[in-house]
Amino acid sequence: MCRFLFTGSFLEILLQQIINGLVQGSVYALVALGYTMVYGILGLINFAHGEVVMIGAMVALSVLMLLAGSGLPPLLVLLVSLMVAMAVCMALGYGIERIAYRPLRNAPRLAPLITAIGVSIVLQNLAMMFWGREYHAFPPLLPNNPHIFFGAIITEVQIIIVLVALAMMGGLLLLVQRTRLGRAMRAVAENPSAAALMGVDINRVISITFMLGSALAAVAGLMVSANYGIVHYYMGAILGLKAFTAAVLGGIGNMRGAMLGGLLLGLIESLGAGYIGDLTGGFLGSHYQDAIAFFVLIAVLVFRPSGLLGERVAERS
Amino acid sequence: MTHTQPSLLLAALFAATLTACGESEIPAANSADMLLVKIGAAAPLTGPQAHVGKDNENGTRMAIEEANARGLVIGGKKVHFELLSEDDQADPKTATIVAQKLVDAKVNGVIGHLNSGASIPASRIYSDNGIAQISPSATAVFYTAQGFKTAFRVMANDGQQGKVLGEFAANNLAAKKIAVIDDRSAYGQGLADEFIKSAQASGALIVAREYTNDKAVNFSAVLTAIKGKQPDLVFFAGMDPHGVPLVKQLRALGLNAKFMMGDGGYTPKLIELAGAAAEGTYASLPGVPLEQMPGGRDFSQRYEAKYKQPIQLYAPYCYDAVNVMIAAMQKADSADPAQYLPELAKIEYNGVTAKISFDEKGDLKGGAITLYQVQQGKWQPLQTLGAATAAP
Amino acid sequence: MRNALNNLLHLNKRNAWVAFAALAIVLLLLPFATDALLGRGWVRILDFALLYIMLALGLNIVVGYAGLLDLGYVAFFAVGAYTYALLGSPQFGLHFPFWITLPLGALLACLFGVLLGAPTLRLRGDYLAIVTLGFGEIIRIFLNNLDAPVNITNGPQGIGMIDPIHVGEFSLGRTHELFGLTFPAVHLYYYLFLCLTLLLIFISQRLQYSRIGRAWMAIREDEVAAEAMGINTRNIKLLAFAMGASFAGLAGGLFAGFQGFVSPESFGLTESIMILCMVVLGGMGNIGGVVLGAVLLVLLPEALRHGAGPVQQALFGKTLVDPESLRMLLFGLALILVMLWRPAGLWPSAQRRRELVAEDGVVQQEQDTVYDSSK
Repeated sequence: MCRFLFTGSFLEILLQQIINGLVQGSVYALVALGYTMVYGILGLINFAHGEVVMIGAMVALSVLMLLAGSGLPPLLVLLVSLMVAMAVCMALGYGIERIAYRPLRNAPRLAPLITAIGVSIVLQNLAMMFWGREYHAFPPLLPNNPHIFFGAIITEVQIIIVLVALAMMGGLLLLVQRTRLGRAMRAVAENPSAAALMGVDINRVISITFMLGSALAAVAGLMVSANYGIVHYYMGAILGLKAFTAAVLGGIGNMRGAMLGGLLLGLIESLGAGYIGDLTGGFLGSHYQDAIAFFVLIAVLVFRPSGLLGERVAERS
Repeated sequence: MTHTQPSLLLAALFAATLTACGESEIPAANSADMLLVKIGAAAPLTGPQAHVGKDNENGTRMAIEEANARGLVIGGKKVHFELLSEDDQADPKTATIVAQKLVDAKVNGVIGHLNSGASIPASRIYSDNGIAQISPSATAVFYTAQGFKTAFRVMANDGQQGKVLGEFAANNLAAKKIAVIDDRSAYGQGLADEFIKSAQASGALIVAREYTNDKAVNFSAVLTAIKGKQPDLVFFAGMDPHGVPLVKQLRALGLNAKFMMGDGGYTPKLIELAGAAAEGTYASLPGVPLEQMPGGRDFSQRYEAKYKQPIQLYAPYCYDAVNVMIAAMQKADSADPAQYLPELAKIEYNGVTAKISFDEKGDLKGGAITLYQVQQGKWQPLQTLGAATAAP
Repeated sequence: MRNALNNLLHLNKRNAWVAFAALAIVLLLLPFATDALLGRGWVRILDFALLYIMLALGLNIVVGYAGLLDLGYVAFFAVGAYTYALLGSPQFGLHFPFWITLPLGALLACLFGVLLGAPTLRLRGDYLAIVTLGFGEIIRIFLNNLDAPVNITNGPQGIGMIDPIHVGEFSLGRTHELFGLTFPAVHLYYYLFLCLTLLLIFISQRLQYSRIGRAWMAIREDEVAAEAMGINTRNIKLLAFAMGASFAGLAGGLFAGFQGFVSPESFGLTESIMILCMVVLGGMGNIGGVVLGAVLLVLLPEALRHGAGPVQQALFGKTLVDPESLRMLLFGLALILVMLWRPAGLWPSAQRRRELVAEDGVVQQEQDTVYDSSK
């Protein structure tokens, strides 16, 4: 490590790793927001969320392909495909809640958990049948020009991802804190039976929560695909897992926590994978990159189950 | 309730029985002047690699049908070859079940399996039952290193391929500082290790050894770490779906090193998906380019005419594997593995992929390997390396 | 509605004896009948079915009895398999006999169970699920990468040439002539696996109705109440993890000896989910149900392989849906449908049924969140 400390390139590489981490972290945050919102309102971990992200990406890709030859301006094509993806995902979110979660509201916690795993498997395999197993190239519609800061490179699409993640967090906070719907959501989160007694239509609020979460998933799916330029049916599973870790790290149920947790996890992974080999003298290497995220998850749950910013406690009362 | 449940189980068993009986076809009459020779084939026919597995089956079937058309005589009898194709799902467990089924069916030889992970556990069963096994595509060194007298392959192994690639990188491309990434699959890890050994022996310095996995799409952290070491060549031991985002991100980070992959990268898909970023990429494929082989171009034309699709990957190797097995049978004048196995071990056969002969372990001798480069959006053969090259 | 097996094992009725004898004869003759009717490949499938029954029985202790959702269960299977493989293969040149490696594998898996259990005990169900999933992946990642700097597991290449289970010169890996009958390797393994499966069934059965078993169920139903009743929930939960893990460790060792080759790809998340499906589909907490679930799910892919393709060919003229994808799709659907309509599984245990089927007319108690019922 010392070899690089004194060369100019060490700082450039470090800065680049930090940028990589922040971009990857924003991707996690985008997905984590969906988890955290549903959890914040319902106290339920929607394990199928990662697959909804994948469906969003796939639908967006299909629409893009369909409109590719139409001669419409690229930005419009992108907007249309985003709209369609959001609509499909919202319908999907609504359907998942109605079919797999709502009938089990009074069942023990194990039940919705198992159906959630079932939903993930079904979505993944349906996507595989529908879109095939191969990797698809995602057309570069977002501007992808590189900018150089102090020797580190960041592309425009990466800047957009960070901005979109921040904007979505802000929008969600406004929605939950400032609107009538948000108040109803908070009421359901606080005490569902009391909320019902006060005239809140619990089912409607829950459906809307799921649909909002799924719309977020569609946005996340599109951004992720635009960044990596590649889409495939398995992309949701590992992304969902990492994003869940991010949500827990920040404090599940907390929007700012999801953002913070996402960015932190991105940084930990990026710096971890980048420097673990040098730090341990080659004993550990970047092959443990995925293990790092899981270690973080376990450590957080053991030592600070409420996460960095969370108010809710992850333990059973 | 207590009584209905076990009957459910029985019903399931019964259903399974029925389906199993339906599948075993009665082979053609084994009359006095007709010899029925069963060739087993095993590859993943379902699952993520189904298209490659099907391609293997096609290559095998084509060789068998042609052999039947030739009307061969072995042991004074006219031979009819029959193909028994099984699906191993690229899963080690299923592979052993499939191997057992082929042994049950008393096959005279097996062409398979596609993956090393399936070929290795299955090879023990074939060896226990004395059945010859020729894998068209298993490249793990361990497959033939187990010491089974029944295991052969018509494909260069990871050791042979890694050696050639490493030498090519260090000598022909004059790479001094090399960074290596592997995908932690059996294939990637094996190839990367051999590549490093050979590149170091040829005087190159391995400046970075990084890893990813076979599900990753984000490589920015490892690529940035590599960038810090300023290599002039990056070698990725993995498959094309991961090569695509990797080479894209490599270029996006402003890393101008040469990019090289093994046979996992030699696909049209790599160019299609990576677009301009793929330009200049090197990859290898064991054997000699088909169009340079006698009968090679002819083979690919016949294949495309028959199956209405281009060759995916290993069909020519399967085709060769069958023909090599039949050639050994002819030499021994017997389809009994105990009789023809010694002939197989010392055979010399001109196939469509290479001139085939085996060393004492069952590995392809010489193992010619061709290097390709993406030039103007197309794979162009550069050079064929290794001994026993094209023998027209 | 007590389960049939329970009756059989307690042998408290005259006709139970008859049923028991009939079952014993069927189980003894099964490999020979299968071999004659379907071929030896199917005997191998039977062997795998028995292995999966052992795994499902172990997971049943964790999920079914104690109500702790474990999504990384296959890690313990891997620990057992690698213990056997490392101590009985040319990898280190060690060739310990199976009566050392099998119990050692079970013990090590047991230790890993405690290792996983200890820090996660306080976690609620859904967190536990994701942590166990992470744990399973960590174990797999380590197995996959421990080939450097010191080569322990041989990395992704896996370990081959593993010794078959053997006593002196008598190896289960070879065909033997006994009592005038020919016993091929797959038959011998069948009888070994059968004996051990019966042993595990016996242990599960005894555990279920022991103090410990009742404590597990008390925790499953209401942890706070259980603690108030003086149950040491921490130790009892740890015990569930340890017991479940040791079953998997034993099965892992048997798998390694039987297969002769282990590699990390055999121990992925899909395997964990498949074992979970067996337990859930068959009936959580009921031994008979778990056995049924395991047998069904081992046979399903075989049936699909030979059934789904040809049926689609006949109906549509081509294969629309790959049987392999169909298999996973059906697993997923089964999980959803079973939880919705038959939450206690195909063959439910009496107690679990009462508890998992939400009864009408029971007014929900005050709850923290919509899904956070206190049951």
